[in-house]
Amino acid sequence: MQGQRWWVPWLYLAPALLILFAFLVYPTIHTVILSFMDENGEVLVTEHCKSDVCEWGIFHNYWYAFHNPSMQEAFVNNIRWLVFFTSITVFLGLVLAVLFDRVRYEPIVKSAIFLPMAISFVGAGVIWGAQAGVYKWTNPAKPQVGLLNAILVALVPGFEPKNWLRLQPWNNFALIVVGIWMWTGFAMVILSAAIKNIPKEILEAARVDGANEFQIFFRIIIPSISSTLTVVATTMVINVLKIFDIVYVMTGGRGGTDVIANRMYTEMFINFEDGRGSAIAVILLLLIVPVMIANIRSFREQEATR
Amino acid sequence: MRKRLAFLTLAAVIGIALSLPMSGMAVAQEECVISVVGVWSGDELTAFEEAVAPFMEENGCTMDFESTRDPAVLRTAVDSGNPPDIAILPQPGVMYEYAADGALVALDSFMDMDALAEDYAPIWLELGSYDGTLYGIFYKVANKSLIWYNPVAFEEAGYEIPTTWDELIALSDQIVADGGTPWSIGLESGDASGWPGTDWIEDIMLRTAGPEVYDQWVNHEISWTDEAVVNAFETWGQIVGNPDYLYGGVEGTLATNFGEAPWPLWEDPPGAYMHRQASFIVGFILDQYPDLEMGTDINFFPFPSINEEIGPAVIGGADVVVMFNDRPEVEAFMEYLASPEPQEIWASMGDFISPNQSVSLDVYPDDATRSIAEAVVNAEIFRFDASDLMPAAVGAGEFWSGVLDFVENPDNLMDILERIEEVAADAYAE
Amino acid sequence: MNANPSPKVNWPRVIGRAILHTVVITVAIIWLLPSMGVFVNTFRPKQAVGSTGWWTILVTPFDFTQYSLENVINVLAGNPEYVETCRENEEIIAAADSGACDELSNSRDRRTCEQVAAGERVLRRCDLLTDLLSSDGMARAFLNSLSITVPSTIIPILVAAFAAYAFAWMEFPGRQVLFVVVVGLLVVPLQMTLIPVQRMFNVLGLTNNPNFPFLAIWLAHTGYGLPFAIYLLRNFFGALPRELFESAYLDGASKWTAFWRLALPLSVPAVASLAIFQFLWVWNDLLVALIFTSGRYSPVTRHVANLVNSLGQDWQVLPAAATISMILPLVIFFALQRYFIRGILAGSVKG
Repeated sequence: MQGQRWWVPWLYLAPALLILFAFLVYPTIHTVILSFMDENGEVLVTEHCKSDVCEWGIFHNYWYAFHNPSMQEAFVNNIRWLVFFTSITVFLGLVLAVLFDRVRYEPIVKSAIFLPMAISFVGAGVIWGAQAGVYKWTNPAKPQVGLLNAILVALVPGFEPKNWLRLQPWNNFALIVVGIWMWTGFAMVILSAAIKNIPKEILEAARVDGANEFQIFFRIIIPSISSTLTVVATTMVINVLKIFDIVYVMTGGRGGTDVIANRMYTEMFINFEDGRGSAIAVILLLLIVPVMIANIRSFREQEATR
Repeated sequence: MRKRLAFLTLAAVIGIALSLPMSGMAVAQEECVISVVGVWSGDELTAFEEAVAPFMEENGCTMDFESTRDPAVLRTAVDSGNPPDIAILPQPGVMYEYAADGALVALDSFMDMDALAEDYAPIWLELGSYDGTLYGIFYKVANKSLIWYNPVAFEEAGYEIPTTWDELIALSDQIVADGGTPWSIGLESGDASGWPGTDWIEDIMLRTAGPEVYDQWVNHEISWTDEAVVNAFETWGQIVGNPDYLYGGVEGTLATNFGEAPWPLWEDPPGAYMHRQASFIVGFILDQYPDLEMGTDINFFPFPSINEEIGPAVIGGADVVVMFNDRPEVEAFMEYLASPEPQEIWASMGDFISPNQSVSLDVYPDDATRSIAEAVVNAEIFRFDASDLMPAAVGAGEFWSGVLDFVENPDNLMDILERIEEVAADAYAE
Repeated sequence: MNANPSPKVNWPRVIGRAILHTVVITVAIIWLLPSMGVFVNTFRPKQAVGSTGWWTILVTPFDFTQYSLENVINVLAGNPEYVETCRENEEIIAAADSGACDELSNSRDRRTCEQVAAGERVLRRCDLLTDLLSSDGMARAFLNSLSITVPSTIIPILVAAFAAYAFAWMEFPGRQVLFVVVVGLLVVPLQMTLIPVQRMFNVLGLTNNPNFPFLAIWLAHTGYGLPFAIYLLRNFFGALPRELFESAYLDGASKWTAFWRLALPLSVPAVASLAIFQFLWVWNDLLVALIFTSGRYSPVTRHVANLVNSLGQDWQVLPAAATISMILPLVIFFALQRYFIRGILAGSVKG
């Protein structure tokens, strides 16, 4: 680390920082400014409040974001997503990466888990949606066309087909399952790359010493890939905050399935409420701060031990 | 390691090489290109391309049509100062937003208004105007006040076409008594679920409260909790509140995709006997049953009147063509689009009804389509789809959700209406 | 596992392996089940797709009458009604040739037939190959997709690798804070950036620039892909052992050589997985393509979106479209499998 001139790092960083500024930082500043403006982004929101009292003054759009019933519903749903989507994708991705590492047909089973990532959201809507997909409901008098109802009707005597995307609160979990199906492959591929970086000698030495597979998993694999686990978990948390396509395509946020990113899109592009949409986007940005603090810790640790 | 880097470099070279010839090809660029962003795609786009072909040939122009239903695309283009020449919007409500922002070209600045007045009934020019200035021309009208049935099944069972709401309910009871199911309704439509239900409410609202109250409702001059609105929902409740009437019951009504909902009418024995939907549903029926003939196997009757004092009424929907740039060739193109010629071409290809009165009724491909078009042009009372005129937060938001919630639990009607009213109070506020 | 042939059967091990294989294969099948629908429906006729479950073909898998290539052909021709239109046109031409126009059932077909017979109109005969290769055909869209995706994958990875290397192995003030800000940018919603970015492209003259039709979208995808790329690569670069770099510097290597000879080659599994995901995101992207490309430079996703009309009619072609557009990403995933190898680090670690 010694003996480098001060500008050398900036040379390596320059292209990335320049592009990031143009495509993400500058638009973010634009968004932050808009979040204090009215629906057309022309005057300050205090000069053009829609309600009689401009609550929270210049932060009126933020007041709206926290007090709007649809937004409150979205916050609750995002917490559901956060808990179930993040934990299951990371856990399954890790377990599958470890298990697949031990079979010789690894590329084939890996592709099976990875496949959903290669399907666009429109495709995912067709695969899972109420029109023809897994969650489709068909008149009980007829054979079920949706996979889930078909399986349950076949296995459970007297089962009545369910309209999964309207059945509260289960419809949220129906959507989370789609997310898990799509994103587990992501976690698996990255964690697998990290596992493959663990030197073989270490694993073999442990086995020679009589460690069983569970001990190897918890004592060697997990500590070796902990920083990658943080990366995958962080990416999943960010995915939850941005989750939009699945909900938009399948339910449009109706029936109690709304999420924050869908509210942002709706306010911004459908309701023409630039100020409110921008305020919701800024809230998303702020929600990520705690996760980022956790990341700093993880990287300090990595740098201390390498 | 070297091999891998070589592989990466090779990939980079191939990538760039691939894109270079394309860049070269673009240099020979045409002089006259008209860019369009619109909701049409698939067979609609094919037909539209054919309809504009004579103009393009005559003027040596080409059209660059970008199909999308994502409103973010047009918003981005317009707000960043790079709008398309022409846009085709799915709702007039969106046009009013752009007009209020001053983004649209006023059509009366270059078009012959007298000729337009001759071609279009006053209501279409009124709907296409914002603050007294004309901005939009309507295209691809859908007649929404239609109830579809299978004439063969009706004849076999000996059912008569009802002409009043009471007869409609009587017929429904008759069908239930005969062991059948009168209605197949499907409200599922992915991100837009609920919209088919708003069409029901609108048809009922126009027929129970009359056109004046209907207009007040559209403009939020009456509350959503007004007696007229409550009455419209409750009248609909006579049908959707009775599971015996519904194919698949309440669950089926909520879960069935609107495009699939008419299918049971042509099953043997019929799963259901009647289906209320706009004229465009014919395409969906023929996709599933390609051998059916319009008129003999598929037919419709007008949504019956409810209040005798209110004459025959029609609800219609349409897409609207607006203009963002005023280059001479775009002006000429807009004039062409408003004229009967392209609309006659598209009408002759089917799945298209023109609001232009100078379009000859002879061009429609069959008698049934002709009578649907005739009903639009000659309607005694014609009103535009209310949800498309309302601010999107209501018309493409809470109203859709409210309809679904009402079908799920009709007893919650007042709560639902209060919720819509709350959103409306905010959305209509200036 | 048969390196040590022994006469005694190691039962716990055999049972363990059996459980392992069962679990692995079961999970793979569960994951494949939903996608099987897409694959099977690709080859089923339009009317069957929406009205019966895809698994119904399993009853008589070799009854080939239940399969149809119509959806695949419709997608390749870029027209949801292609097969039907061809059939109708052939029928009309045949009727016109034999002077039997009156026998056609549809009045519009009769009129067309009379025009064809009178020589006023020439009906197009369909030729899939010509249509596929035409200037707005699917083949061109596929090439466009490649032209967009390949540079949009390579450029961000390269730019990110430099930055990640600096973040991992160089000392400078504000390193952690800057890094966290970069990663935090992952959460910026794409839709919110579009208007400012488009304005910037207008100023730079990159909007619909006929000489550099793909430059705008390459840059856009680079910008949107960078935070994750930097994040992931910094993590993998940072995990490399310190001694490796120190011994390289002792041998007189510069930062630059250490980057190319050590950091990058030793992180090949990470670079490969990053490449796959960036490729996929760009390949499947519709929104960015809608905004930053124009007509004839549009990728496959835009052509696919055009297949379904504004009311959602003809959605039955979507499984076929999904299958076709999935082929290349899967091929690349398989091709990159050989870079997910164990022990790249093995042997390079001293001591």
